[in-house]
Amino acid sequence: MVENRPILNILTHLFLILGFVVVALPVYVAVMASTQDLPTLMSGPVPLWPGSHFIENYTQLLTNVSAANGLPNYSHMAMNSLIMALVITIGKISISILSAYAIVYFRFPFRQLAFWVIFVTLMLPVEVRIMPTYKIVADLGMLNSWAGLTIPLIASATATFLFRQFFMTVPDELLEAARVDGAGPIKFFRDILLPLSRTNIGALCVILFIYGWIQYLWPLLMTTDTGYYTLMMGMKRMVTAQDGIIPWNFVMAGSVLAMLPPILIVIFMQRLFIRGLTETEK
Amino acid sequence: METKRTTFNNRLLPYLLLAPQLIITLIFFIWPAAQAFKSSFEREDPFGMSTVFVGIQHYQRLLEDPNYIDALLRTMVFAVCVTSLAMILGLAFAAAVDRLTRTSRIYTTLLVWPYAVAPVVAGVLWWFVFNTSTGLLPFFLQKIGFKWDHDLNGTHAMILISIAAAWKQISYNFLFFLAGLQSVPHSLMEAAAIDGSGPVKRFFTISLPLLSPTTFFLFIINVNYAMFDTFPIVDATTAGGPAQATTTLVYKVYQDGFVGLNLGSSSAQSVMLMMIVMVLTFVQFRYVERRVQY
Repeated sequence: MVENRPILNILTHLFLILGFVVVALPVYVAVMASTQDLPTLMSGPVPLWPGSHFIENYTQLLTNVSAANGLPNYSHMAMNSLIMALVITIGKISISILSAYAIVYFRFPFRQLAFWVIFVTLMLPVEVRIMPTYKIVADLGMLNSWAGLTIPLIASATATFLFRQFFMTVPDELLEAARVDGAGPIKFFRDILLPLSRTNIGALCVILFIYGWIQYLWPLLMTTDTGYYTLMMGMKRMVTAQDGIIPWNFVMAGSVLAMLPPILIVIFMQRLFIRGLTETEK
Repeated sequence: METKRTTFNNRLLPYLLLAPQLIITLIFFIWPAAQAFKSSFEREDPFGMSTVFVGIQHYQRLLEDPNYIDALLRTMVFAVCVTSLAMILGLAFAAAVDRLTRTSRIYTTLLVWPYAVAPVVAGVLWWFVFNTSTGLLPFFLQKIGFKWDHDLNGTHAMILISIAAAWKQISYNFLFFLAGLQSVPHSLMEAAAIDGSGPVKRFFTISLPLLSPTTFFLFIINVNYAMFDTFPIVDATTAGGPAQATTTLVYKVYQDGFVGLNLGSSSAQSVMLMMIVMVLTFVQFRYVERRVQY
């Protein structure tokens, strides 16, 4: 701080607290609504204090409630979300660290071309090629399968770029020393490069886990079998109830469950999260 | 493209290392994109038995279709609303947190978590807050004599999805603006303070101009986000309605292709969207190279 201005400081605090209250408002409302029963919610504006149905709502949701809508229960869907997020995280990191290693530490024909092919993925998000991608996955017989749900999302230019950039900053002397000592490419990668990349891998894990957890469009296209539904699909199904009455108490409890894991990760791994976010730049 | 001074000289290994990523990219990215490009020039008969080459007919129809032009304009309005709302709030929070020393980490924690909320959840949360019969805000708006109804009023529906989309993006902008503000040289601020300019003047004449690379980068990222990552918000809440008032371009591709099964038109729309992403990516990367200027 350049100078001391007590009034401005107080105003700054007030502004930030007010900002936080506004930002947190929908989540606070959701948490409160998830502790009420449906008639209370339907009879007017949401109470801003906790109700008495907290345990009841969450137990029902986790064990049996969604069965009525033709959905598996929430613990099943949460497990699906977790599997999907983990497979995407691990898959993305593995294939991009390998390809970045190839691009930085080897010289071979078509290296430039390979780099551009990877770069092109940035320009082709799923959202812009919904139909043809669906068709190809369907032709390959990968609808309603874990492979179809995860593999097409695993290719990523940003993770490859991050590792490439990091590898470029690793001193050349390390490689020279390793080669003098007789280490081959695989040994160098495993014993030197991988341990050096630990922080980057950690930062990417946080970002990619969130990315995998919040996937919506891809599971929506890929899964008709409710056994593969993730929490996000569950949300969608519950709010488009056919008979017109939305079970808001369960929807809100479901929202809380769906947002809790990634929020906790961001809060408790804030340093890695910020690093991952600012270095992958998307 | 740069490489290391010393490299390994295995012949086969680099291809093996690249294979997984390249194969996935070719099968699930480049092949479908090529298919979209191809079928945007073709018409399939109703049973999918044969296809006819129809040239640029789909594009022509698209550009003459008032629904498509409306969706295009609507998406632009939406992108501008979301981008400006999320960036102005992100910058305001960042400027406020940057003033503080001891408490800045606490406020950062309090403000970053919405990034982790899934767009579909963000949509549903705001939808509930604005719900006409049970929501909080319509209740208060009613008291000041304003009738909120996003089920019938298109403008209200647009405001709803804009708020939900911007809400999620504030934390991203906040973090980048904060990093930018913290790298503004302290000596400049001190010199300006000695010359008698107050905090507001310093912000507008020193911090803001120095932040312009960050601002530009965030602008591109936010437009990209508003156009392509907000599909879940629209799909789970307004479903493009009322009367198409919230049908964005991506939602239209999904509806025409996946729900309406109009393959040719959907492909032509996909190709148009690809071109938009290409322009955005091109601008972003041209700029990223010059980013390390200050």
